[in-house]
Amino acid sequence: MAERADQLFVFILHWLVGFLPATWRPAVAVVLCVASIIVVFGFLFALAVLMERKGLGRMQNRYGPNRVGVFGILQPLADAVKSLTKEDIVPFRSDAVVHFLAPVLLVITVFMGFAVLPVGRNMVLVNLDSSLLFFFAMGASTELAIFMAGWSSRNKYSLLGAMRAVAQMISYEVPLLLSSVVIVMMTGSLSLVKMVDAQNHYTWGLPHWFVFTPWGFAAFLMFLIASTAETNRTPFDLPEGESEIIAGYFTEYSGFKFALFFLGEYVGMFGIAGLGTTLFLGGWSAPFAFLSWVPSWIWFFAKVELWICLFIWLRGTLPRLRQDQLMNFAWKFVLPMTILNLVVAAVWRFMGEGLPRWLVCSAVVVIAYVAMSRVGLRRKQIGPRSYRYAE
Amino acid sequence: MSPVFVVVAALTVAGGLAAVLLKNLVHCALALTVAFAGLALLFLQLDAEFAGFAQILVYIGAVAILVVFAILLTRGPEAEAGEGGLVSRSWPAGLAVAAAVFAVLGWAVIEAAQGLPAVAAAPTVTVEEIGHALMNRYVLPLEIVALLLTAALIGAVIVAMHEKEGSR
Repeated sequence: MAERADQLFVFILHWLVGFLPATWRPAVAVVLCVASIIVVFGFLFALAVLMERKGLGRMQNRYGPNRVGVFGILQPLADAVKSLTKEDIVPFRSDAVVHFLAPVLLVITVFMGFAVLPVGRNMVLVNLDSSLLFFFAMGASTELAIFMAGWSSRNKYSLLGAMRAVAQMISYEVPLLLSSVVIVMMTGSLSLVKMVDAQNHYTWGLPHWFVFTPWGFAAFLMFLIASTAETNRTPFDLPEGESEIIAGYFTEYSGFKFALFFLGEYVGMFGIAGLGTTLFLGGWSAPFAFLSWVPSWIWFFAKVELWICLFIWLRGTLPRLRQDQLMNFAWKFVLPMTILNLVVAAVWRFMGEGLPRWLVCSAVVVIAYVAMSRVGLRRKQIGPRSYRYAE
Repeated sequence: MSPVFVVVAALTVAGGLAAVLLKNLVHCALALTVAFAGLALLFLQLDAEFAGFAQILVYIGAVAILVVFAILLTRGPEAEAGEGGLVSRSWPAGLAVAAAVFAVLGWAVIEAAQGLPAVAAAPTVTVEEIGHALMNRYVLPLEIVALLLTAALIGAVIVAMHEKEGSR
């Protein structure tokens, strides 16, 4: 029974495709998978927007949307109708072709990443040998879409936003890649499916997730920081800082194109959260051995939703960074830590089983973290701020 | 020649031509990106997964952005083709260099093809094999490239620092 529930969608796919002649089957199967990915993540997008607005409302001591449907749960529907019926305004001086292509390219590249994410046991669209590389290649292509949007609008705020976004994404892509290289070193493969398999073991009922090792935990934190920056979320939301540059690179977009940017941003968030889940949190494997009967896809989506909740929480909590703080943090703290983490992972690999490697690796990571924080905080006055007039 | 190859090759050539012929420099850079993407697709069509994805990651993700940044930081987005028109005055020299490079590449490809059997089975190279080759047989070239890139990086930082001090 548990087996049936676990493979439910795989069975449905085989059953549906079974009605067709044999020559059509592969093509139709792919189309069905792609359609279901778009529908599922589109639905999750609506859910996440609602969750974010309600959650942020709670954190800021207000209600959030509560007019459409019970507790405002139909708000995403209303938003969709609104964005579809709004007029699509293209600035007169804008570069019309590039202006049109930018949101399309963004959404396409963002959705492409899901092709290689294993969302459950036997549930991956294409099982590539180098799927991690594919995911990062698609992630890197979104930068170009953002640049196209900012440049083609012929608006200074758009261009500033795009420059900020591209600079930030390039800076944080390096730690993002380097923190995942640790996992590649450990599994000896670039395939996301194999990475999940490597974590899907249990000792005393506890999982072998990579986050529960010293190097894995350090890499997980770095990945979390870099992924927040990569998706332009608070505290790294300078590219669209609304108090500074209106809305950044999509200032000049309205109607459905704006909705596409919104969609791209959230789906990109799901993608990076799914990748982080796959790399560090065991993908679709259950957190305890006795919970293995719960279908694998439920675990995957539960972990992704948790990750999204963390993003929302961060957005409700942290203020925005300044541009120089952002760059210094990336190049002077996160990058050295990820490089050190590569060395730690190598030490872990060659020290053999046992307690010593736990002690040595943990000590190196913790000492390096403390030392670098101390050096970074030197000559900085951090403490309660004193106001002259506002007391 | 499969139809997929024809489409991808046409896309690549069109991107390359547009990169040379368009008037707006940013458009040229974007057209160049199309050519890069076409090359990546050609790699993928030859079952060279790793090379194809690395091409997308490096060329579309980094080189194209670098080109665009260079254009924006040096000439401004409004800069159209200069007073000399679209075609440079030294075009015969450029043509000669391009023809020479093409001839050398074509000669190398034809020479290499002679040694191969007429119908070769598609080689299956996994990423793991590429990794082993890089870490064993080709480790020295890899390290030399790494050293060169590090030197270039430090050089770039030094150039940037010098400029900053001068402006004070």
